[in-house]
Amino acid sequence: MYPLNNVLFTITGQTEGWELFINSLVPMLTGTIKATIPLAIISFIIGLIIALLTAMMRISKSPFLTIPATFYVSAIRGTPLLVQLFIIFYGMPTLDITFDPYPAAIIAFSLNVGAYASEIIRGSILSIPKGQWEAAATIGMTKTMALRRIILPQATRVSVPPLSNTFISLVKDTSLASQILVVELFRKSQEIAAVTYDFLLLYVEAALIYWVICFILSMIQSRLEKRLERYTAR
Amino acid sequence: MYLSVTGLAKQFGDLQVLKDINFSIEKGQVISIIGPSGSGKTTLLRCLNALEIPDNGIFQFEDGFTLDFTKKQKKQDLLRLRRKSGMVFQSYNLFPHKTAIENVMEGPLIVQKRDRKEVLNLAKSLLKKVGLEDKINLYPYQLSGGQQQRVGIARALAMEPELMLFDEPTSALDPELVGEVLKVIKDLAKDNWTMVIVTHEIQFAYQVSDKVVFMDGGYIVEQGTPDEVIKNPQVDRTKQFLHRILNPA
Repeated sequence: MYPLNNVLFTITGQTEGWELFINSLVPMLTGTIKATIPLAIISFIIGLIIALLTAMMRISKSPFLTIPATFYVSAIRGTPLLVQLFIIFYGMPTLDITFDPYPAAIIAFSLNVGAYASEIIRGSILSIPKGQWEAAATIGMTKTMALRRIILPQATRVSVPPLSNTFISLVKDTSLASQILVVELFRKSQEIAAVTYDFLLLYVEAALIYWVICFILSMIQSRLEKRLERYTAR
Repeated sequence: MYLSVTGLAKQFGDLQVLKDINFSIEKGQVISIIGPSGSGKTTLLRCLNALEIPDNGIFQFEDGFTLDFTKKQKKQDLLRLRRKSGMVFQSYNLFPHKTAIENVMEGPLIVQKRDRKEVLNLAKSLLKKVGLEDKINLYPYQLSGGQQQRVGIARALAMEPELMLFDEPTSALDPELVGEVLKVIKDLAKDNWTMVIVTHEIQFAYQVSDKVVFMDGGYIVEQGTPDEVIKNPQVDRTKQFLHRILNPA
């Protein structure tokens, strides 16, 4: 058996591979905690609010609501996230609208999540049987009451698995923010690699950290699903 | 007279489902609507609480409230109409994420914004009335069809509506569970609830009703006391229908 250090030596060509791994862990985790995770969480929350509004607009019968909502979803889903980030961060200053990297990233990610999640929310609202709306109406509820008390709680259960996927994708997509100068996990690894030339070691290390986060998120997801399924027959 | 309905009409696309329906409901009266599938009876019932908006017709209530469907209705008026009645569905439509007692409490608590303690007691007594006092904390999926339907009845009663509407309340039930639901409805009739019941249970309609309405092809073909319509029908179409349904083999 080769000790880990030897393996890392063969990968990196450096005796201090293991040491570098440990030493770079601190700045990379700092980037994760300071940027990657808050970026993902804040964008996801704002994105969900946008998504709910967009979903309601698309379900409504008024073309004044459905057309802008459909346009928004189509524009976001039809263009690459990286290009959206570039338009907001590098493009908008041409119009004298300037954002710092971090807010620019939050805007881009929120809009992105908003479009994808709105389709999920719309689908899960439409999946609730019409009889539930009617039952709510017959006990005197207005549409808003019915949505809040009866439909959304059931739609939430339906949408947890696909929304979890969206969130996990978002966590990984935050690495794109490195391209607009947000110092998050991946940018940290790039910065260290630029000095040490240990590209393989550092990028694999970054990959591992993303993987661990997503693994934890999947576990939370299955717990959440179990909790929300307590009132359904199996 | 509690409610008089005149000239009620409803069309779905090209299909005229209700054509010039006229009838009235007295306070405390139990009316059964019978007739073949597609005759418009469920649509008629759903028009009474604006789950379907009629194309034509006038509803006049004894309290002076009038809805004229030849004109455009205000949302407020439709809500007022809906809050006059409670409805029991063929497929129960209980809220699956709420327990039996939460289903019953939802309306008084959220819509009428009544005091929680008071509503809790009301819900308990209603579930007792329908024979489910030992099931109050179970979710719908843990209940049989008959039990779910009885929760559905309690949920509608909790709003203390002036009028109870039943849309084929036993059609989705196993035959052996039909009785427990019909018994609850009979008890309500004894308590003088005003009710309109769409049903295929002719025997039950005969026993429980003050008035029976026979519908076919979007029209009321015949209406009168159970003895008049069920025992002694005058119109051929009614005779035919009853003969077929009472002698299925």
